[in-house]
Amino acid sequence: MYNFPDNTGHFGQFGGVYMAETLIPAVEELTAQYLRFKDDPEFKAELAYELKHYVGRPSPVYHAKRLSEHLGGAQIYLKREDLNHTGAHKINSAMGQALLAKRMGKKRVIAETGAGMHGVATATVAARFGMECIVYMGAEDIQRQAPNVFRMKLLGAKVVPVESGSKTLKDACNEAIRDWVTNVEDTFYIFGTAAGPHPYPMMVRDFQSIIGKEAKVQMPEMIGRQPDAVIACVGGGSNAIGLFHPYIEVPEVQIIGVEAGGYGIASGKHAAPLTANAKVGVLHGNRVNLMQDEDGQIIETHSISAGLDYPGVGPEHCLLNEIGRAQYVASNDDEAIAAFDALCRFEGIIPALESSHALAHAMKIAPGMDKDKVLLVNLSGRGDKDMNTVARIKGITL
Amino acid sequence: MSRIDITFAKLKQHNRKALIPFITAGDPSPEQTVPLLHALVAAGADVLELGVPFSDPMADGPTIQRASERALKKGVTLRSVLALVAEFRKQDANTPVVLMGYGNPIEAMGWDVFAQRCADVGVDGVLTVDFPPEESHDAFEHLQRHNIAPIFLLAPTTNEARIQQVAKLARGYVYYVSLKGVTGSGSIDLSAIEEKMPQLRKHIKLPIGVGFGIRDAVTAKAVAKLCDGVVVGSRIVQEIEDSTAQNVVENVGRLVKELRQAI
Repeated sequence: MYNFPDNTGHFGQFGGVYMAETLIPAVEELTAQYLRFKDDPEFKAELAYELKHYVGRPSPVYHAKRLSEHLGGAQIYLKREDLNHTGAHKINSAMGQALLAKRMGKKRVIAETGAGMHGVATATVAARFGMECIVYMGAEDIQRQAPNVFRMKLLGAKVVPVESGSKTLKDACNEAIRDWVTNVEDTFYIFGTAAGPHPYPMMVRDFQSIIGKEAKVQMPEMIGRQPDAVIACVGGGSNAIGLFHPYIEVPEVQIIGVEAGGYGIASGKHAAPLTANAKVGVLHGNRVNLMQDEDGQIIETHSISAGLDYPGVGPEHCLLNEIGRAQYVASNDDEAIAAFDALCRFEGIIPALESSHALAHAMKIAPGMDKDKVLLVNLSGRGDKDMNTVARIKGITL
Repeated sequence: MSRIDITFAKLKQHNRKALIPFITAGDPSPEQTVPLLHALVAAGADVLELGVPFSDPMADGPTIQRASERALKKGVTLRSVLALVAEFRKQDANTPVVLMGYGNPIEAMGWDVFAQRCADVGVDGVLTVDFPPEESHDAFEHLQRHNIAPIFLLAPTTNEARIQQVAKLARGYVYYVSLKGVTGSGSIDLSAIEEKMPQLRKHIKLPIGVGFGIRDAVTAKAVAKLCDGVVVGSRIVQEIEDSTAQNVVENVGRLVKELRQAI
C-alpha cells in the first residue's frame, strides 16, 4: 500500500526536514498541531463549510467538446479550479492552513508567492479571519504580475519585494523563511506548494487532495468511469499532487505531470527538474530533484509562467517519478501560449499560463488517441493575471 | 586531540575566551581570503569560521548574503574553498578552521569525497546550517571517519530533548545562536543567554560559542562572560564590504584586535 510520508517526513529518499535549528521546533510544533486537528470533526466541518460557502466548492468538471473535436482524438475534460474564489487552487490549502493558524493562536501569517495566486489566496484568508499578512514576492515577479500585487494590497496585505538572487519565487521563499526565523513565535508560514520541510508537503497535499477526491466522484457521474489519464502542471506541484494523490492507487489511471519547458529542455533555460533528470539536492527544507550546477549552486530557471519558475519540485512528485507511478514531461513556453490561445478561442475560457502547460500536453497527445479515451486536465487557475505577459508576447501594449 | 580541542584546552588553561571570527571564502576576492585569515589569527582569533558561499543562504541576513553573492561572482566553489584552506595551512598548522555553509554544495560533491578532502587540506570542523541532527546521519558518518568535528547550532527555541540529541553528536564546540533571526539581525538579549546557559551546560560538555548579533567590543565582552567563545560574523563581513582592496586586511585586523582586547 502506498503510504507516504513516513513519520519523519520522508517520501523514500526525498523530503525530510532540512532547516536551521531555530525553525526546527516550529516545524515540529506545526506537525503535532496538524496531526491533532486534521481528523478533528470540528476542524473538518469548519473547513468543509468554508470550502463550500466561501471558496465555492465543489469545482465543476467540464467537457471541452469543441477543443476535443478540433483535436480529433481523446476527449479533454477540465477540472475547473479556475472557478474557485480568488481564481486558482491555491485557496484550498491557504484556507486549511489559515484555520490551523487560528487554532494555534497565530495572529500573523506570511507567504511567498510567484505568480501571485498563492499571495492573493493568503491575503484573502487573512482578511477573512482578521490576521496580519505579509507576502514576499520576487521583484521580477512583481513586474510580471502587477494586477495580483494590487489585489493583495486591496486585501490588506503588505507585499515585500525581494531583490536578492534571481528575484523570483525561490528568492521569495528564502525571504519568507528569514521572516519566519525572526518571528517564529507569533507567525504562521502559509506555504504555497507541496514542498518545503515536513509537514508542508503532506499538509498541503492533504488540503489540495479535495481536487482529486471530487474528480473521482464527478468523472463516473459524467462518463461512467474514471479518466484514462489525469494531467496537471507541476512547479512545486501542489495542484498536481492534489489531483494525483487520490488516483495513485487506481492503476488504470495514468498520471502525467507537466513541467515548464521554458525555451526547451536542451536550451537549459527551463524549470523542469524531473523531465531534465536533475540531480537530487537540498533546498528550502527538503531533499528533491533540483536544478543546480556541478558545484551545487542553484541555477536560475526560466518559464513564461511565474508560478512554475522554480528550480525544485515537491518531494512526493520526486518519489512518484522515481517509482514510475507518474510520468513527468515538459511543455515549452510557446506550446503553453498556443494552448492558452486555443482554450480562449474554442471554449471561452482564459486559463492561467501555468495551467496552459498541462493543457498543452493534453493537446499534444489527444490527437493520437481514440475518441473514446478521456484526459482530465487540472485547470488550476484562470488567466486574468496573465494579461500583461500575454499582451507583451503578442507585441500588444495594453 | 584535534586542533579545536587543543585550542579550547589551552584557552581554558589561561582562563581566556575564544574569539571566533567568520568571513565568507572568496569575499572580497579569492586572492584576499588567505591573507585575511592570517590577519585574523594575528589579531587574536582562536578559531576561524570560513563561510562556503551558497546561492540561497536562507539563514543569513543581507550582509552575509551579499558576501556570498560577491564570492559566487568571483567563481568561488566548494572545491576552491578547500584549496584556500590548503593554502592557509602552509603557514598555519595550529589554528582550527571550521567550514560553515549549506548542505547542497557538499551533497553535490558527495559527503565521502568532501570529508576526505577536509582531512587532506586541514579543515577541523563543519557546520551545515540546514542539516539538523535528524538529517545528518550520512554526513556524520563520513565526518567521523576522518575525524572532522560536526558543529551544531542550538537556538533559543531549542528544547531540552534536542539539546540532549546535539550533545550526543556534536564534537569540537557547540554554536549557540543568541537570537531568533538571521545572521546580523536584531540586538542581543544578554539576560536570555544567561538564562539559557545552565540548561545548555547541563547536557553539553563541549565548549559553547555564542554568535548572531554581536556587533561591537562592548557586546562581545558581555557575551564572553557568559560562555566559552564569541562568534562574530556580519560585523566583520560588513567591514570587508566597507573597505577597499588595499585596506581590507588592515581594517579587518584592527577590528578583530579590538574585539580580542575586549574579551
